[in-house]
Amino acid sequence: MAETVIKTDAVIIGAGPVGLFAVFELGLVDIKAHVVDILDRPGGQCTELYPEKPIYDIPGLTIVMGQELTDKLTDQIKPFGAEFHFNQRVETLERLDGGFRVTTDLGTTIEAKIVVIAAGGGSFTPKRPPLPRIEEYEGKSVFYSVRKMENFRGRDVLIVGGGDSALDWTLNLQPVAKSITLVHRRPDFRAAPASVQKMMTLVDSGDISFKLGQVTELHGEGGQLRSVTVKGADGTIFEQPTEIMMPFFGLTMKLGPVADWGIQLHENLVPVDTEKFETSEKGIFAIGDINTYPGKLKLILSGFHEAALMAQQAHKYVYPDKKLIFQYTTSSSRLQKKLGVR
Amino acid sequence: MARITYIQHDGTKHTVEAEPGMTVMEAAVKNSIPGIAAECGGACACATCHVYVDEAWHEATGSPAQIEEDMLDFAFDVRSESRLSCQIKVTDALDGLLVRIPEKQI
Repeated sequence: MAETVIKTDAVIIGAGPVGLFAVFELGLVDIKAHVVDILDRPGGQCTELYPEKPIYDIPGLTIVMGQELTDKLTDQIKPFGAEFHFNQRVETLERLDGGFRVTTDLGTTIEAKIVVIAAGGGSFTPKRPPLPRIEEYEGKSVFYSVRKMENFRGRDVLIVGGGDSALDWTLNLQPVAKSITLVHRRPDFRAAPASVQKMMTLVDSGDISFKLGQVTELHGEGGQLRSVTVKGADGTIFEQPTEIMMPFFGLTMKLGPVADWGIQLHENLVPVDTEKFETSEKGIFAIGDINTYPGKLKLILSGFHEAALMAQQAHKYVYPDKKLIFQYTTSSSRLQKKLGVR
Repeated sequence: MARITYIQHDGTKHTVEAEPGMTVMEAAVKNSIPGIAAECGGACACATCHVYVDEAWHEATGSPAQIEEDMLDFAFDVRSESRLSCQIKVTDALDGLLVRIPEKQI
């Protein structure tokens, strides 16, 4: 785990539209940023929830799709060369002399002078199906992701779902596991057609088994699953023996580790002032949907405004001896140089 | 105007008046009906506004489109009468609509 420590000016938690624009505003005042996000690509809710849905209230853009806005922002911040760390969640935040150290669940360690929390509705985490006593099995025989394929070697694995995650893991674990049973509520799948085709072939050859239905109960002791009850599509109820279950019911947003960083919270949101958008902790800012203040509106445009004001205060921490002179991108040759347009 | 009745898992009933054009989800959220989370705000991108449409209203509400059927995979205890309430548009013809809210949205 003794990986190299990244040293930078700012670490931005969340690569949604507001986190992306924070790169821009910080970049204009010469603050370099690293961005961490639990998803595998930028955009946050924009790309995860509504990539093809129109947004009508971005100033100057009559209509823009979630994906399109993300692409435009990604393009806009390119000159600032921010580094992205995807597929990981910031777990811990420690205070250092004159800054902070954050560590992700993948072991990436970043030391920065300031921290910007732009985590929206929280981090996207797998949904937990409301099966009685499922908590007892989690981490022992119920898993929502695969960290090490080896842990599944020679085991009986039951996969629940019909999307890409369910199908990908069905295909990837098939050569490793002793047996794979895929349970899905209907004969249609949302997954990529090629994956569905491969899965069907494996079903036909008898290498995996597919059952139509929904899991309704778990059976086992001490966190070790023995079988599950499945309600078939036709209403028949049967018991399916298995050692491991992997449910794939999509993602939901949870505040996550932010709650453990010693920052004052209010109803799962982070209170900030409306001048600097700083939290109860100096040097830690919160912008976008995750913050709260009197009159707060959870709009992307509010987050953009918050990013701009945050950057002004951030400059004071990163460059305590420099005076920041406010400039316009339209007329400032220095800003235009940074943007690479001059 | 259409009156919509939401029946909670414990049997509690709430009847609200909804304007044609809004969705059954929006009518619930506007009236603070418990049990409709609508996490994604009506983009058909979660499954937290899952309802069971009363049998008498199946025909009037129609059946789910492909995208809604796909998203229902993310709901729990899906039945033949399952719908995502953000995908049911209120019309005058739905006056009296009865929907049941599942025990849990996930």
